Amino acid sequence: MSVSERRETVLKGPGKVPVALRVNGVDYRIDIEPRAFLLDVLRDELSLTGTKKVCDNGQCGACSVIIDDKLVYSCLTLAIECEGKEIRTIEGLSAGGQSDPVQQAFIQEDGYQCGFCTPGQVMAVTHLLEHNPEPTLDEVKRGVSGNLCRCGAYPKIFEAALAAADLKRKVKHG
Amino acid sequence: MAKFKKTKVEIEGKWQERETLVETDDLARWDDDVRLEKVGKPHTRVDGFERVSGTARYTHDVKLPGMLIGRILRSPVPHARIKKIDISAAAALPGVRFVLTNDTMGDLLKRGRSSLFETTVRFEGDEMAAVAAVDLQTAEEALALIKVDYEELPFVFDPAEALRSGAPAIRKGGNSAGEPSVYRRGNVDAGFLEADVVLDRTYSTSAALHNCLETHGAVARWEGDHLTVWHSTQNVFGVRSQMASALGLPLHKVRVIKEYIGGGFGSKNAAGKYALCAAILSRKTGRPVKIMLDRREENLAAGNRPQAVIHVRLGAKSDGRLTAIEVKSISGVGAYGEGSPPITGPARELYACENVLAEEQGALTNTGTYTAFRAPGYVEGTFALESAMDELAAELHLDPVEFRMKNYADRQQVRDLPYSTKNLSEAYTLGMKKIGWEKKRNLRSQAGTKMRGVGMASQLWSGGGTPPSYAIVRMNADGTFDVITGSQDLGTGTKTVFTQIAAEELGVAMERIHTVVGDTLTGPYSVLSAGSLTLPSVGPAVRMAAKDAKDQILEIAAEILNEPSEKLQITDGTIVSQSGSRISLDDVAQKVGNYMIIGKGARGPNPEEYNVNTFGAQFAEVEVDTETGEVRVLNVVAAHEFGRVINPLTLGSQIEGGVIQGLGFGLFEGRVMDRNTGKSVNPNLEDYKIPTALDVPDIDWNAVGPADPIATNIGAKGAGEPPIIPPAAAIANAVFDAIGLRIYDLPITPAKILDAVRMNGGRV
Repeated sequence: MSVSERRETVLKGPGKVPVALRVNGVDYRIDIEPRAFLLDVLRDELSLTGTKKVCDNGQCGACSVIIDDKLVYSCLTLAIECEGKEIRTIEGLSAGGQSDPVQQAFIQEDGYQCGFCTPGQVMAVTHLLEHNPEPTLDEVKRGVSGNLCRCGAYPKIFEAALAAADLKRKVKHG
Repeated sequence: MAKFKKTKVEIEGKWQERETLVETDDLARWDDDVRLEKVGKPHTRVDGFERVSGTARYTHDVKLPGMLIGRILRSPVPHARIKKIDISAAAALPGVRFVLTNDTMGDLLKRGRSSLFETTVRFEGDEMAAVAAVDLQTAEEALALIKVDYEELPFVFDPAEALRSGAPAIRKGGNSAGEPSVYRRGNVDAGFLEADVVLDRTYSTSAALHNCLETHGAVARWEGDHLTVWHSTQNVFGVRSQMASALGLPLHKVRVIKEYIGGGFGSKNAAGKYALCAAILSRKTGRPVKIMLDRREENLAAGNRPQAVIHVRLGAKSDGRLTAIEVKSISGVGAYGEGSPPITGPARELYACENVLAEEQGALTNTGTYTAFRAPGYVEGTFALESAMDELAAELHLDPVEFRMKNYADRQQVRDLPYSTKNLSEAYTLGMKKIGWEKKRNLRSQAGTKMRGVGMASQLWSGGGTPPSYAIVRMNADGTFDVITGSQDLGTGTKTVFTQIAAEELGVAMERIHTVVGDTLTGPYSVLSAGSLTLPSVGPAVRMAAKDAKDQILEIAAEILNEPSEKLQITDGTIVSQSGSRISLDDVAQKVGNYMIIGKGARGPNPEEYNVNTFGAQFAEVEVDTETGEVRVLNVVAAHEFGRVINPLTLGSQIEGGVIQGLGFGLFEGRVMDRNTGKSVNPNLEDYKIPTALDVPDIDWNAVGPADPIATNIGAKGAGEPPIIPPAAAIANAVFDAIGLRIYDLPITPAKILDAVRMNGGRV
């Protein structure tokens, strides 16, 4: 963020300000506090509750979303910083009720237990495969190393990521 | 037919005798030679899409029209007497709808209960007041405006210190959390006199925090005098009765719903004070109220595996036969804990020994109250006992597995009953083979500063389940089915295995079945999902309900086909007679229409003449860096006996998860308290270390043994807890094999490894 952008941000508020957000290809115009984090705005204002709040402090990855091709923790991202950007959340992957290859792989490999970290894990794997379509096991482990899972579903999350890479290749090559 | 009968049940490692209404279960067992189509096969989860798409609704996600957000004011100090609480500024803050204290509570609690909040707070995080406001931010601001005038009191958080005379008194009558639990068999003094070798050691374990990713919380809504509570819980019926009891309501006016839950691990077995606060705030404001704990509260006040000191004394003859086992434990059960986790459970049962003395003492401490945590007591107790067994094996110059086999217990010695099955020796043999035991032990192999070793430990746990539990199977007008129970799916795959069982019995595809759990209004009673109870308790009821529905379908089909119903069966959704005539289930359903077929099933009694248990062993290979002190677990071979495997895919997940959580307990996890302030210094996911993706070893999991021929009509036992029991002990033993030094205190941090190396003069 440049200095001029930052100054513009600071000048917003106090009180609620109008913000335009684009989430999963849908444009929203909402009034929010400048201090509001993207995670809370997604969950409370837009009712996109697939993204989870776990630590609310950038320690666990459960709130991971993709903003303009970057995997970010939405609990550490101010919503007003996201104007003009493309935000993708877990809800965006299965539009129309159809799971995408990453989601299919998580189901097929049992890459979850309680499922609470799963949206974040799925976003992390989605991001990984978009940048590295054929990751090694070690690259998968590093790709999801910012996403904690208390149930210990990790081995099957790794399997799911590798299977997702295969599925995506198959989809791509028909 | 149900009859009253006395029966013994084991829940979370503790035996209870109950007089129960015993349901008859005369279903033929699925014998090993019966070909099963759905059961025993890997099946992806029936709710997989919900879990990967963000559509699964957790308590955390419940949002009701007009809903207020509640927050709880918690004590910032470990011990204080509250003199005055001034809520005037908080109550005046715009957006605040109610501030709840003992003074403003009114008479909503059942008569006889005078206060909701303690007037002396006894740990950092103890509840003092609660607020409801239009949003989270306002509620947080209101908490900051509540002024509490308190007088600080001396505190104690170490369990052994708490029991010493002169320690600060946490409750009237001293810091003992009830009488010690004592078990005696034979005469240990005589046993030690008889011994050629006696080993005397003290082990300690840290307070471990569940850190469920979904924090504890609840949403309460009143409609007239009916209360609905969405509660992140492992026990919807338990929460219903506790809420009803606290509020003086009859059961039919309280409904508890838990759709999805983001982890429980034993910490969500009961109604929380936050749920009671939400219900009262909701009553006061006329609005639904939601209270979810934040991460810090989750670490301070949502339960823990208590810190423990475990004294183990073992006596053995030189040929390796145990002559005496004595285990005494003290655990710090927090400010309001009672009793102690069953730390000496393994010592009472795991090895054949005539002389046993086991003693468990709970100590009150100025810390959050303990709860069950996945195999409570057994995880800590197994670390101590299996470390001691390893040390004694070394003293006797015996292989650790050989030493265990010399003391193999063929019978359950506490109840003096045979086991329904026990194939622990098979688990040992398989584990040794797969880890490469003979080849890798005693190698002291060294690559630079890194040394490798292997170690093992055994697992004993119940897992046979218990009555009462019920299920209903309904056929819809199109030949699809609803399987309904009041059970819970914690992410273990409960709904999926129930669907498999019902599909198997009904002879239909799993896609025809929708399984519903987690609602006290729709589901019949089922036991809490703890103690590895769910599958072996509720699964047999599901099968019986499906059988009941099937029998009714076959009777109708018998009339249509003009054949005796005994000669009919359902295969792949078609009713087929031995004579070859057939009719599809769809056609039968169409004829039946909205006249509903409702099958009922109940869990039968546990066998009187046998003890039903799970057994297992885990073998770990570790690499210890003697320069940095870091321990890496490279491989774990887990071999466990659970009876019939219903779903190998979800069973694998349970075992892997248990190994990884056990690894966390062994190497990383522990609440750290500041001696000067009595406060926790790591109540968050940065400083309280749970395993990450990069800590995970290769895990080779195996199920051993046959379907249990006695336990229930499905022959399956619970798998939730067994896999977390041996990892810490197996890792500690592997560390010893690697560097020849033993760590007595969990977690095995790099600092402890380096200290041990230094104490040994730098030698390993």
